[in-house]
Amino acid sequence: MTGSSFTRRSLIAGGGAVIVTGLLLPARAAGVAPTPSMRGGSNNYRPGAPIVEQIGGGGFWMTGTVRRAGDGAPLPGQRIQIWAHTTEGHERDPQSHGATLTDANGEFRLEMPQIVPAFGQPHGHLAYDSGEFETVFLRPIMASSKDKTLAAHFVLQPV
Amino acid sequence: MALIAILAVPLIAAANSPLLAWRDPVYILAGFAGVMSMGLLLLQPLLAGRVLPGLSPMISRRWHRWVGVTLVAAVLIHVGGLWVTSPPDVVDALFFVSPTPFSAWGVVAMWAAFAAALLGVFRQRFTLRYRVWRLGHTGLATVTIIGSVVHAMLIEGTMEIMTKTALCVLVLSASARTLARLRVWDTRRRS
Repeated sequence: MTGSSFTRRSLIAGGGAVIVTGLLLPARAAGVAPTPSMRGGSNNYRPGAPIVEQIGGGGFWMTGTVRRAGDGAPLPGQRIQIWAHTTEGHERDPQSHGATLTDANGEFRLEMPQIVPAFGQPHGHLAYDSGEFETVFLRPIMASSKDKTLAAHFVLQPV
Repeated sequence: MALIAILAVPLIAAANSPLLAWRDPVYILAGFAGVMSMGLLLLQPLLAGRVLPGLSPMISRRWHRWVGVTLVAAVLIHVGGLWVTSPPDVVDALFFVSPTPFSAWGVVAMWAAFAAALLGVFRQRFTLRYRVWRLGHTGLATVTIIGSVVHAMLIEGTMEIMTKTALCVLVLSASARTLARLRVWDTRRRS
């Protein structure tokens, strides 16, 4: 940037950023807050889903991140269990369940069959239930049932 | 004839839903019991208001009873079929802790429908004055209808959106018309 680096625009933008940061992240000093379980998140959970390369025929991607509460550090090697009502089975069916591990960046991606609307909403289920951190069940909803991907993010509280 | 078409078209549209390919028979049955319930909810105010051509008041009243009994049965099949498909989701709904907002509307509509039906069955046993009884019955029926319409409209399910919306509008307008025609809020004795 040339000339004055402290224009009226930058002042407004900067001030706005301070206000937004102050309003949206009041817990900053206390660190990253843990993700609470969602209502209905644990419905049709089958503990101990095997770690798989892919659930069924694939075509749809469940993605997300796993971080530690407090410092927000990415957590590698964490087991995330995933299930949903898809084109290949109901939520309760064993073949609808699978698990994957987070990579070095605390990210996970698991290919699975297309999620279809069930019980009124196109949604997936995810669980962290390995014991090292508090158990968390998520139930994210797809913005559109035509979506080919769905994301869910975990911030885990050490036990 | 037109009425039969109005009741049949949403069912035919739902029968063409792509979602059916990925559902078990019990789940499909539960869904159709719900679609059929909405059709029955259109018949009830028309029969109560005795506006259907060719039906005498006596026949209208008898049909209103039988449609009511069928409606209760259809709701039980709807909830029972969903229970078999996914018990925890139905338990959540019944205890009003479901993550889906439409569940509570459906459950409230269900209990209101059962209560309205019980008022109908035990009308003779209650020592209520007719117009007071009628206000109670139609009040519960109104809760059933509004709850059911909101329930249906919020759901992404097998019902096709155009036929679902049209049926819901018809149910609401038929109900409003009958309530207004009978002046159900007037509980004074007939002079």
